[in-house]
Amino acid sequence: MPHDHHDDDHPHSLLPPDPALRVRALETLLLRKGLIDPAALDAIIDTYETKIGPQNGARVVARAWADDGFRARLLSDATEVISEMGYYGRQGEHIVAVENTDETHNIVVCTLCSCYPWPLLGIPPSWYKSDAYRARVVREPRRVLADFGLELPAGQAVRVWDSTAEIRYLVIPQKPPGTEGMDEDALMTLVTRDSMIGTGLARVPARAPE
Amino acid sequence: MSRVHDMGGRFGDGAVVPEAEDAPLHAPEWHKRALAMTVASGALGAWPIDAARRARESVAPKDYARFSYYEKWIAGLADLLVERGLVSAQELRDSGSLAGDTPVPGPLDFRALRASKVAEALERGGPSARENGVSARFAPGDSVRTLRPAANRIVEGGHTRLPGYAAGATGRVLMCHGAHVLPDTNAHGLGECPEPLYAVVFAASELWVDAENPRDEVILDLWQSYLVPA
Repeated sequence: MPHDHHDDDHPHSLLPPDPALRVRALETLLLRKGLIDPAALDAIIDTYETKIGPQNGARVVARAWADDGFRARLLSDATEVISEMGYYGRQGEHIVAVENTDETHNIVVCTLCSCYPWPLLGIPPSWYKSDAYRARVVREPRRVLADFGLELPAGQAVRVWDSTAEIRYLVIPQKPPGTEGMDEDALMTLVTRDSMIGTGLARVPARAPE
Repeated sequence: MSRVHDMGGRFGDGAVVPEAEDAPLHAPEWHKRALAMTVASGALGAWPIDAARRARESVAPKDYARFSYYEKWIAGLADLLVERGLVSAQELRDSGSLAGDTPVPGPLDFRALRASKVAEALERGGPSARENGVSARFAPGDSVRTLRPAANRIVEGGHTRLPGYAAGATGRVLMCHGAHVLPDTNAHGLGECPEPLYAVVFAASELWVDAENPRDEVILDLWQSYLVPA
Protein backbone atom coordinates (compact mmCIF):
# COMPACT_ATOMS: atom_id res chain seq x y z
CA MET A 1 0.00 0.00 0.00
CA PRO A 2 1.40 3.44 -0.88
CA HIS A 3 1.66 5.73 2.09
CA ASP A 4 0.90 9.40 2.39
CA HIS A 5 4.22 11.13 1.71
CA HIS A 6 2.80 14.33 3.06
CA ASP A 7 3.89 13.24 6.52
CA ASP A 8 7.57 13.34 5.62
CA ASP A 9 7.69 16.99 4.80
CA HIS A 10 5.87 20.03 6.14
CA PRO A 11 7.06 23.05 4.14
CA HIS A 12 4.66 25.33 6.03
CA SER A 13 7.10 25.26 8.95
CA LEU A 14 9.49 27.33 6.79
CA LEU A 15 7.13 30.33 7.06
CA PRO A 16 7.64 32.93 9.82
CA PRO A 17 6.36 31.88 13.27
CA ASP A 18 3.96 34.77 13.91
CA PRO A 19 0.57 33.95 12.25
CA ALA A 20 -0.13 37.45 10.92
CA LEU A 21 3.40 37.62 9.51
CA ARG A 22 3.04 34.13 8.06
CA VAL A 23 -0.07 35.14 6.12
CA ARG A 24 1.56 38.37 5.00
CA ALA A 25 4.69 36.52 3.84
CA LEU A 26 2.72 33.97 1.82
CA GLU A 27 0.47 36.62 0.31
CA THR A 28 3.48 38.73 -0.72
CA LEU A 29 5.14 35.70 -2.27
CA LEU A 30 2.02 34.72 -4.24
CA LEU A 31 1.52 38.30 -5.43
CA ARG A 32 5.12 38.49 -6.66
CA LYS A 33 4.69 35.22 -8.48
CA GLY A 34 1.46 36.42 -10.10
CA LEU A 35 -0.52 33.51 -8.62
CA ILE A 36 -3.09 35.74 -6.96
CA ASP A 37 -4.73 38.93 -8.17
CA PRO A 38 -4.89 41.39 -5.23
CA ALA A 39 -8.18 42.77 -6.55
CA ALA A 40 -9.58 39.22 -6.55
CA LEU A 41 -8.73 38.87 -2.85
CA ASP A 42 -10.60 42.10 -2.13
CA ALA A 43 -13.58 40.88 -4.16
CA ILE A 44 -13.68 37.58 -2.24
CA ILE A 45 -13.56 39.36 1.11
CA ASP A 46 -16.26 41.81 0.02
CA THR A 47 -18.50 38.95 -1.12
CA TYR A 48 -18.47 37.24 2.26
CA GLU A 49 -18.64 40.47 4.24
CA THR A 50 -21.48 42.16 2.41
CA LYS A 51 -23.26 39.87 -0.07
CA ILE A 52 -23.40 36.39 1.44
CA GLY A 53 -24.46 35.76 5.03
CA PRO A 54 -27.20 34.35 7.25
CA GLN A 55 -29.72 36.77 5.73
CA ASN A 56 -29.81 34.41 2.71
CA GLY A 57 -30.77 31.40 4.82
CA ALA A 58 -33.22 33.53 6.79
CA ARG A 59 -35.01 34.42 3.55
CA VAL A 60 -35.37 30.72 2.73
CA VAL A 61 -36.70 29.86 6.18
CA ALA A 62 -39.14 32.79 6.23
CA ARG A 63 -40.52 31.76 2.85
CA ALA A 64 -40.91 28.17 4.07
CA TRP A 65 -42.85 29.42 7.10
CA ALA A 66 -45.05 31.66 4.97
CA ASP A 67 -45.73 29.31 2.05
CA ASP A 68 -46.57 25.61 2.55
CA GLY A 69 -46.04 24.79 -1.13
CA PHE A 70 -42.56 26.29 -1.03
CA ARG A 71 -41.85 24.44 2.22
CA ALA A 72 -42.81 21.10 0.67
CA ARG A 73 -40.58 21.71 -2.37
CA LEU A 74 -37.73 22.84 -0.12
CA LEU A 75 -37.92 19.64 1.89
CA SER A 76 -37.95 17.48 -1.22
CA ASP A 77 -35.31 19.26 -3.35
CA ALA A 78 -33.59 22.09 -1.50
CA THR A 79 -30.71 22.47 -3.96
CA GLU A 80 -33.04 23.30 -6.83
CA VAL A 81 -35.41 25.50 -4.85
CA ILE A 82 -32.60 27.48 -3.23
CA SER A 83 -30.67 27.97 -6.46
CA GLU A 84 -33.87 29.34 -8.03
CA MET A 85 -33.66 32.02 -5.33
CA GLY A 86 -30.10 32.79 -6.46
CA TYR A 87 -28.36 31.05 -3.57
CA TYR A 88 -25.89 28.56 -4.96
CA GLY A 89 -22.16 28.13 -5.15
CA ARG A 90 -19.07 27.24 -3.23
CA GLN A 91 -19.85 25.08 -0.18
CA GLY A 92 -23.51 24.98 -1.10
CA GLU A 93 -23.53 22.81 -4.21
CA HIS A 94 -25.76 20.16 -2.63
CA ILE A 95 -28.25 21.29 0.02
CA VAL A 96 -30.71 19.30 2.13
CA ALA A 97 -33.19 21.12 4.36
CA VAL A 98 -34.22 19.40 7.61
CA GLU A 99 -37.19 20.62 9.58
CA ASN A 100 -37.52 20.93 13.34
CA THR A 101 -40.79 19.66 14.80
CA ASP A 102 -42.22 18.98 18.25
CA GLU A 103 -40.78 15.46 17.90
CA THR A 104 -37.31 16.20 16.45
CA HIS A 105 -34.69 18.91 16.82
CA ASN A 106 -31.87 18.95 14.25
CA ILE A 107 -28.30 20.17 14.79
CA VAL A 108 -25.52 20.40 12.19
CA VAL A 109 -21.78 19.90 12.72
CA CYS A 110 -18.69 18.89 10.77
CA THR A 111 -16.55 16.82 13.14
CA LEU A 112 -13.75 16.31 10.59
CA CYS A 113 -13.27 19.93 9.49
CA SER A 114 -15.72 22.82 9.25
CA CYS A 115 -18.15 22.13 6.37
CA TYR A 116 -20.92 24.73 6.41
CA PRO A 117 -23.49 26.00 3.86
CA TRP A 118 -21.64 29.17 2.83
CA PRO A 119 -24.17 30.48 0.24
CA LEU A 120 -26.94 30.36 2.87
CA LEU A 121 -25.15 31.23 6.11
CA GLY A 122 -21.85 32.85 5.07
CA ILE A 123 -18.59 32.06 6.83
CA PRO A 124 -19.07 29.96 9.98
CA PRO A 125 -18.72 31.55 13.42
CA SER A 126 -15.65 30.62 15.49
CA TRP A 127 -17.53 28.29 17.84
CA TYR A 128 -18.73 26.17 14.89
CA LYS A 129 -15.08 25.56 13.93
CA SER A 130 -13.90 25.02 17.52
CA ASP A 131 -12.56 21.73 18.80
CA ALA A 132 -15.11 21.82 21.65
CA TYR A 133 -18.12 21.98 19.31
CA ARG A 134 -16.75 19.46 16.81
CA ALA A 135 -15.74 16.99 19.52
CA ARG A 136 -18.75 17.25 21.80
CA VAL A 137 -21.94 17.90 19.86
CA VAL A 138 -22.16 14.41 18.36
CA ARG A 139 -21.75 12.75 21.76
CA GLU A 140 -23.55 15.16 24.10
CA PRO A 141 -25.71 17.50 22.03
CA ARG A 142 -27.94 18.44 24.95
CA ARG A 143 -25.01 19.57 27.11
CA VAL A 144 -23.69 21.59 24.17
CA LEU A 145 -27.11 23.21 23.73
CA ALA A 146 -26.96 24.10 27.43
CA ASP A 147 -23.79 26.13 26.61
CA PHE A 148 -26.09 28.11 24.28
CA GLY A 149 -28.70 28.49 27.01
CA LEU A 150 -31.07 26.10 25.31
CA GLU A 151 -32.85 23.18 26.97
CA LEU A 152 -34.97 20.80 24.91
CA PRO A 153 -37.83 18.71 26.28
CA ALA A 154 -36.76 15.09 26.92
CA GLY A 155 -39.56 14.02 24.58
CA GLN A 156 -38.00 15.86 21.65
CA ALA A 157 -35.39 13.67 19.95
CA VAL A 158 -32.12 15.23 18.79
CA ARG A 159 -30.74 14.44 15.38
CA VAL A 160 -27.13 15.55 14.89
CA TRP A 161 -26.06 15.75 11.23
CA ASP A 162 -22.31 15.29 10.80
CA SER A 163 -21.43 16.86 7.40
CA THR A 164 -18.90 14.26 6.28
CA ALA A 165 -19.48 14.76 2.52
CA GLU A 166 -20.37 17.72 0.25
CA ILE A 167 -24.03 17.73 1.28
CA ARG A 168 -24.79 20.84 3.33
CA TYR A 169 -27.67 20.78 5.79
CA LEU A 170 -29.94 23.73 6.56
CA VAL A 171 -32.11 23.49 9.67
CA ILE A 172 -35.60 24.93 9.29
CA PRO A 173 -36.39 26.07 12.85
CA GLN A 174 -39.90 25.84 14.22
CA LYS A 175 -42.04 28.89 13.50
CA PRO A 176 -42.38 30.76 16.78
CA PRO A 177 -45.74 31.48 18.38
CA GLY A 178 -47.27 34.92 17.85
CA THR A 179 -46.30 35.12 14.18
CA GLU A 180 -49.74 34.66 12.63
CA GLY A 181 -50.26 37.05 9.75
CA MET A 182 -46.63 38.18 9.57
CA ASP A 183 -45.23 38.47 6.04
CA GLU A 184 -41.95 37.06 4.77
CA ASP A 185 -39.92 40.20 5.46
CA ALA A 186 -41.15 40.40 9.05
CA LEU A 187 -40.62 36.67 9.61
CA MET A 188 -37.04 36.96 8.35
CA THR A 189 -36.09 39.13 11.28
CA LEU A 190 -36.90 36.24 13.63
CA VAL A 191 -34.56 33.75 11.96
CA THR A 192 -31.13 33.68 13.60
CA ARG A 193 -27.99 32.07 12.26
CA ASP A 194 -27.84 29.73 15.26
CA SER A 195 -31.44 28.63 14.67
CA MET A 196 -30.43 27.46 11.17
CA ILE A 197 -27.52 25.43 12.61
CA GLY A 198 -29.72 24.07 15.40
CA THR A 199 -27.91 25.58 18.37
CA GLY A 200 -30.69 28.12 18.84
CA LEU A 201 -34.38 28.66 18.26
CA ALA A 202 -36.03 31.35 16.17
CA ARG A 203 -36.81 34.58 18.03
CA VAL A 204 -40.27 35.04 19.46
CA PRO A 205 -41.70 38.37 18.21
CA ALA A 206 -41.96 41.13 20.77
CA ARG A 207 -45.55 41.44 21.92
CA ALA A 208 -47.23 44.50 20.44
CA PRO A 209 -48.27 47.04 23.08
CA GLU A 210 -51.94 46.60 23.93
CA MET B 1 -5.44 4.58 12.65
CA SER B 2 -6.82 8.05 12.40
CA ARG B 3 -5.51 11.58 12.58
CA VAL B 4 -5.82 14.45 14.98
CA HIS B 5 -8.63 16.16 13.07
CA ASP B 6 -10.95 13.19 13.68
CA MET B 7 -12.17 14.45 17.05
CA GLY B 8 -15.88 13.59 17.12
CA GLY B 9 -16.79 12.23 20.58
CA ARG B 10 -13.49 13.24 22.18
CA PHE B 11 -13.52 14.23 25.86
CA GLY B 12 -11.78 17.17 27.49
CA ASP B 13 -12.41 20.14 25.21
CA GLY B 14 -14.44 22.18 27.66
CA ALA B 15 -17.36 24.50 27.02
CA VAL B 16 -18.49 25.78 23.65
CA VAL B 17 -18.34 29.58 23.73
CA PRO B 18 -21.17 31.07 21.63
CA GLU B 19 -20.74 34.39 19.88
CA ALA B 20 -23.23 37.17 19.33
CA GLU B 21 -25.10 36.82 16.04
CA ASP B 22 -23.56 40.08 14.83
CA ALA B 23 -19.99 39.49 16.04
CA PRO B 24 -17.39 40.47 13.41
CA LEU B 25 -16.53 37.49 11.21
CA HIS B 26 -12.87 38.19 10.81
CA ALA B 27 -10.99 39.52 13.74
CA PRO B 28 -8.04 39.85 13.57
CA GLU B 29 -7.64 41.24 10.08
CA TRP B 30 -5.26 38.53 8.80
CA HIS B 31 -8.07 35.94 9.07
CA LYS B 32 -9.83 37.46 6.08
CA ARG B 33 -6.58 37.57 4.09
CA ALA B 34 -6.03 33.88 4.87
CA LEU B 35 -9.57 33.01 3.76
CA ALA B 36 -9.34 34.99 0.53
CA MET B 37 -5.88 33.66 -0.31
CA THR B 38 -7.07 30.09 0.21
CA VAL B 39 -10.13 30.57 -1.98
CA ALA B 40 -8.13 32.34 -4.71
CA SER B 41 -5.39 29.71 -4.66
CA GLY B 42 -7.95 26.92 -4.87
CA ALA B 43 -9.19 28.54 -8.08
CA LEU B 44 -5.76 27.92 -9.67
CA GLY B 45 -7.17 24.45 -10.35
CA ALA B 46 -4.08 22.69 -9.04
CA TRP B 47 -5.91 20.57 -6.43
CA PRO B 48 -9.48 19.51 -5.52
CA ILE B 49 -11.12 20.32 -2.18
CA ASP B 50 -10.39 16.78 -0.98
CA ALA B 51 -6.66 17.46 -1.31
CA ALA B 52 -7.06 20.76 0.56
CA ARG B 53 -8.75 18.91 3.44
CA ARG B 54 -6.03 16.24 3.36
CA ALA B 55 -3.33 18.92 3.55
CA ARG B 56 -4.94 20.60 6.59
CA GLU B 57 -5.48 17.39 8.50
CA SER B 58 -1.96 16.17 7.71
CA VAL B 59 -0.40 18.98 9.71
CA ALA B 60 1.54 17.40 12.59
CA PRO B 61 -0.72 16.75 15.61
CA LYS B 62 1.21 19.16 17.82
CA ASP B 63 0.74 21.91 15.21
CA TYR B 64 -2.91 21.03 14.57
CA ALA B 65 -3.61 21.39 18.29
CA ARG B 66 -1.87 24.75 18.73
CA PHE B 67 -2.81 26.34 15.40
CA SER B 68 -5.87 28.54 15.26
CA TYR B 69 -8.37 27.81 12.51
CA TYR B 70 -6.90 29.96 9.74
CA GLU B 71 -3.36 28.97 10.67
CA LYS B 72 -4.35 25.43 9.70
CA TRP B 73 -5.61 26.75 6.37
CA ILE B 74 -2.38 28.63 5.71
CA ALA B 75 -0.27 25.62 6.67
CA GLY B 76 -2.26 23.35 4.35
CA LEU B 77 -2.08 25.93 1.57
CA ALA B 78 1.70 26.36 1.88
CA ASP B 79 2.20 22.58 1.83
CA LEU B 80 0.00 22.16 -1.27
CA LEU B 81 1.70 25.01 -3.14
CA VAL B 82 5.06 23.31 -2.64
CA GLU B 83 3.66 19.83 -3.39
CA ARG B 84 2.25 21.07 -6.72
CA GLY B 85 5.44 22.92 -7.62
CA LEU B 86 3.80 26.36 -7.64
CA VAL B 87 6.14 27.59 -4.91
CA SER B 88 9.53 26.21 -3.85
CA ALA B 89 10.61 25.42 -0.31
CA GLN B 90 13.39 27.99 -0.74
CA GLU B 91 10.85 30.67 -1.70
CA LEU B 92 8.85 29.88 1.44
CA ARG B 93 12.02 30.04 3.52
CA ASP B 94 12.86 33.45 2.05
CA SER B 95 9.31 34.80 2.25
CA GLY B 96 9.72 36.06 5.82
CA SER B 97 12.04 38.78 4.61
CA LEU B 98 9.38 39.92 2.11
CA ALA B 99 6.66 40.38 4.66
CA GLY B 100 7.70 43.90 5.55
CA ASP B 101 7.84 45.02 1.92
CA THR B 102 5.09 46.72 0.02
CA PRO B 103 3.88 43.89 -2.18
CA VAL B 104 4.89 44.28 -5.81
CA PRO B 105 2.48 42.16 -7.87
CA GLY B 106 4.13 40.19 -10.64
CA PRO B 107 2.54 39.61 -14.06
CA LEU B 108 -0.57 37.50 -13.45
CA ASP B 109 -0.20 33.79 -14.13
CA PHE B 110 -2.70 32.54 -16.71
CA ARG B 111 -4.29 30.31 -14.04
CA ALA B 112 -4.75 33.10 -11.47
CA LEU B 113 -8.32 33.98 -10.50
CA ARG B 114 -9.05 37.46 -11.90
CA ALA B 115 -11.14 39.88 -9.86
CA SER B 116 -13.64 39.99 -12.73
CA LYS B 117 -14.15 36.21 -12.41
CA VAL B 118 -14.60 36.01 -8.63
CA ALA B 119 -18.39 36.17 -8.61
CA GLU B 120 -18.63 33.56 -11.34
CA ALA B 121 -16.14 31.23 -9.62
CA LEU B 122 -17.89 31.46 -6.25
CA GLU B 123 -21.29 30.93 -7.85
CA ARG B 124 -20.11 27.93 -9.83
CA GLY B 125 -18.63 26.19 -6.78
CA GLY B 126 -17.46 22.62 -7.18
CA PRO B 127 -20.33 20.13 -7.27
CA SER B 128 -19.25 16.60 -6.28
CA ALA B 129 -22.26 14.74 -7.72
CA ARG B 130 -21.50 12.60 -10.78
CA GLU B 131 -23.67 10.68 -13.23
CA ASN B 132 -21.24 7.82 -13.74
CA GLY B 133 -20.98 6.18 -10.34
CA VAL B 134 -21.12 2.45 -9.67
CA SER B 135 -24.64 1.14 -9.09
CA ALA B 136 -26.34 1.55 -5.74
CA ARG B 137 -26.19 -1.42 -3.42
CA PHE B 138 -28.42 -0.01 -0.68
CA ALA B 139 -31.82 1.67 -0.47
CA PRO B 140 -33.51 3.73 2.25
CA GLY B 141 -34.44 1.50 5.17
CA ASP B 142 -31.58 -0.95 4.66
CA SER B 143 -29.46 -1.89 7.65
CA VAL B 144 -25.77 -1.24 7.10
CA ARG B 145 -22.58 -1.49 9.12
CA THR B 146 -19.56 0.78 8.70
CA LEU B 147 -16.08 -0.62 8.23
CA ARG B 148 -13.82 -0.87 11.22
CA PRO B 149 -11.30 0.64 11.72
CA ALA B 150 -12.01 3.98 10.06
CA ALA B 151 -9.17 4.32 7.59
CA ASN B 152 -8.30 4.97 3.98
CA ARG B 153 -8.00 1.51 2.43
CA ILE B 154 -6.08 2.64 -0.65
CA VAL B 155 -3.37 4.90 0.79
CA GLU B 156 -1.89 4.14 4.21
CA GLY B 157 -2.59 7.08 6.52
CA GLY B 158 -4.57 8.71 3.73
CA HIS B 159 -7.65 10.90 3.70
CA THR B 160 -11.04 9.38 4.49
CA ARG B 161 -14.39 10.75 5.60
CA LEU B 162 -15.49 7.97 7.93
CA PRO B 163 -14.94 9.37 11.44
CA GLY B 164 -13.46 7.00 14.01
CA TYR B 165 -16.44 7.33 16.34
CA ALA B 166 -18.73 5.76 13.71
CA ALA B 167 -16.46 2.85 12.74
CA GLY B 168 -17.99 -0.61 13.08
CA ALA B 169 -21.43 0.82 13.90
CA THR B 170 -24.76 -0.44 12.61
CA GLY B 171 -27.25 2.04 11.26
CA ARG B 172 -30.01 2.49 8.70
CA VAL B 173 -29.90 4.17 5.31
CA LEU B 174 -32.03 7.31 5.47
CA MET B 175 -31.36 8.94 2.07
CA CYS B 176 -29.48 8.18 -1.12
CA HIS B 177 -27.70 11.27 -2.40
CA GLY B 178 -26.67 9.73 -5.74
CA ALA B 179 -23.06 9.18 -6.80
CA HIS B 180 -20.39 11.53 -5.46
CA VAL B 181 -16.64 11.85 -5.91
CA LEU B 182 -14.80 9.54 -3.49
CA PRO B 183 -12.48 11.59 -1.24
CA ASP B 184 -10.27 8.58 -0.42
CA THR B 185 -8.96 8.51 -3.99
CA ASN B 186 -9.50 12.09 -5.16
CA ALA B 187 -7.52 13.59 -2.27
CA HIS B 188 -4.48 11.63 -3.45
CA GLY B 189 -4.68 12.25 -7.19
CA LEU B 190 -6.03 8.74 -7.76
CA GLY B 191 -9.17 9.76 -9.62
CA GLU B 192 -12.72 10.73 -8.72
CA CYS B 193 -14.04 7.14 -8.56
CA PRO B 194 -17.63 8.30 -7.90
CA GLU B 195 -19.84 5.96 -5.91
CA PRO B 196 -23.22 6.18 -4.17
CA LEU B 197 -23.35 8.38 -1.08
CA TYR B 198 -25.91 7.73 1.68
CA ALA B 199 -27.15 9.57 4.74
CA VAL B 200 -26.99 6.84 7.39
CA VAL B 201 -28.73 7.25 10.75
CA PHE B 202 -27.29 5.72 13.93
CA ALA B 203 -28.91 5.54 17.34
CA ALA B 204 -26.81 7.56 19.80
CA SER B 205 -26.71 4.45 21.98
CA GLU B 206 -24.98 2.58 19.13
CA LEU B 207 -22.15 5.12 19.14
CA TRP B 208 -21.77 6.18 22.78
CA VAL B 209 -21.58 4.35 26.10
CA ASP B 210 -23.63 7.06 27.81
CA ALA B 211 -26.05 8.45 25.25
CA GLU B 212 -27.88 11.46 26.68
CA ASN B 213 -31.32 10.36 25.53
CA PRO B 214 -32.43 7.01 24.10
CA ARG B 215 -34.24 8.75 21.23
CA ASP B 216 -31.26 10.78 20.01
CA GLU B 217 -29.59 9.96 16.70
CA VAL B 218 -26.51 10.90 14.69
CA ILE B 219 -26.56 11.01 10.89
CA LEU B 220 -23.47 10.82 8.68
CA ASP B 221 -23.00 10.97 4.92
CA LEU B 222 -21.10 7.81 3.98
CA TRP B 223 -19.85 6.41 0.69
CA GLN B 224 -20.92 2.94 -0.40
CA SER B 225 -17.43 1.45 0.03
CA TYR B 226 -17.51 2.45 3.72
CA LEU B 227 -20.54 0.20 4.25
CA VAL B 228 -21.44 -3.49 4.35
CA PRO B 229 -24.91 -5.03 4.73
CA ALA B 230 -25.93 -5.62 8.36
